[in-house]
Amino acid sequence: MTYRDWLVGTVVSTSMLTPTAKGIVLEVPGWKGSAAGQHVDVRLTAEDGYQAVRAYSLASTGPGDTVELAVDLIEDGEVSPYLVHELREGDQLEFRGPLGRWFVWKPEDGPRPVQLVAGGSGVVPLLAMLRAHAASGSEAPFKLLYSVRTPTDVFYAAELTELRSPTLDVTFVFTRETPQGWPQPAGRVSRELLGSATVPAGEHPAVFVCGPTGFVEAVADWLVELGHDPVAVKTERFGVN
Amino acid sequence: MAIFSRGFTGRPRESNLDLPPGQFLTEDFPVLSAGPTPRLDTAEWRFDIKTETGQTLSWSWDELLALGLEDVHTDIHCVTRWSKLATDWRGVSLDKLFENVESSFDFVMVHSYGGYTTNLPLEDILNGQAWIATEFGGEPLEPDHGGPARLLVPHLYFWKSAKWVRGITMQRDDNPGFWEQNGYHTYGDPWREERYW
Repeated sequence: MTYRDWLVGTVVSTSMLTPTAKGIVLEVPGWKGSAAGQHVDVRLTAEDGYQAVRAYSLASTGPGDTVELAVDLIEDGEVSPYLVHELREGDQLEFRGPLGRWFVWKPEDGPRPVQLVAGGSGVVPLLAMLRAHAASGSEAPFKLLYSVRTPTDVFYAAELTELRSPTLDVTFVFTRETPQGWPQPAGRVSRELLGSATVPAGEHPAVFVCGPTGFVEAVADWLVELGHDPVAVKTERFGVN
Repeated sequence: MAIFSRGFTGRPRESNLDLPPGQFLTEDFPVLSAGPTPRLDTAEWRFDIKTETGQTLSWSWDELLALGLEDVHTDIHCVTRWSKLATDWRGVSLDKLFENVESSFDFVMVHSYGGYTTNLPLEDILNGQAWIATEFGGEPLEPDHGGPARLLVPHLYFWKSAKWVRGITMQRDDNPGFWEQNGYHTYGDPWREERYW
């Protein structure tokens, strides 16, 4: 088995993470684990043999034969409506991976500070990095800046709260609606906010930015303007679905 | 043999012969890149071709354009599974840039501003198959799509069409470039689904 072969996973549990996003946990005999930030290709096959394949980031990381996906619904999509509305416990799902070796953080990367910037469901591969950080006992200082529309759109809200530690800081930015009593009004990430809420360029962090194209373009441009080395800023943008 | 996905019907079948296997049509122009978008000034832009003999041919922006732009009407296919059909580009054919190149090597490494690289066989970028593209859809190429100039090699997956291109180095062997080192196929033929190695 290699990451090029199609594997069959069995859905052991699903949960709605937000009103439009579903967490899917699969058991996959023979899965060799994944590094934080990697993704898989998911393949659906209709009765007439028609197939559709899309890439999804892994929320899970490390060894073991369990794989966790977090899929956000794209209304006019072809694969995500099936995964979010139809797929249920006991179903089988074909996929291959883990794929991607660039947008990846590993505990062996050492104590270098890490800044994560997420837009919407772009938080999924970054959550895998936070989990890898916590599971490894890494002492690298981690910061996550997470831009999301409303409090109900936050993926893994409880876990993000639990993961907070002296080496792991989470900052939320609500773009449409804030929780009650939130100190800032709803609004988008700005260059100023990025400058004040992220690891300064002078500390030479590794930076990972994931989200919709417009968000990633704006954030990556500002990071470079704020003095980050472009080579240290890794980006992943949503493709179309 | 694939397993069937209970309850999955899929979209109406696209019986489009222009669509390689595993691809779907998009009307958008999605962006895929590994880092921030470089902002380049054409006044300082240069393009170089270097060979094993130490020969370096070099063009400024104006010198490149003076070679003459061709209209290119083509389909493009991204490894992330979108295809865009009947796109319109303008660019300088690599045949013109290679007219005076003397090399016995069969492969090239393409270099970009920002450090991106991609490898190709020389025969895949000659004979009307590749361009330095400077316009898309009748407009100057936007920075997020690789402007001011990107390589255009539309018969291969689009990561081979390096954005923000700055030069080509001849190489004896088909050493892998950036995405090729990070898991993508060394050649990338969309009709044979050469996505990963």
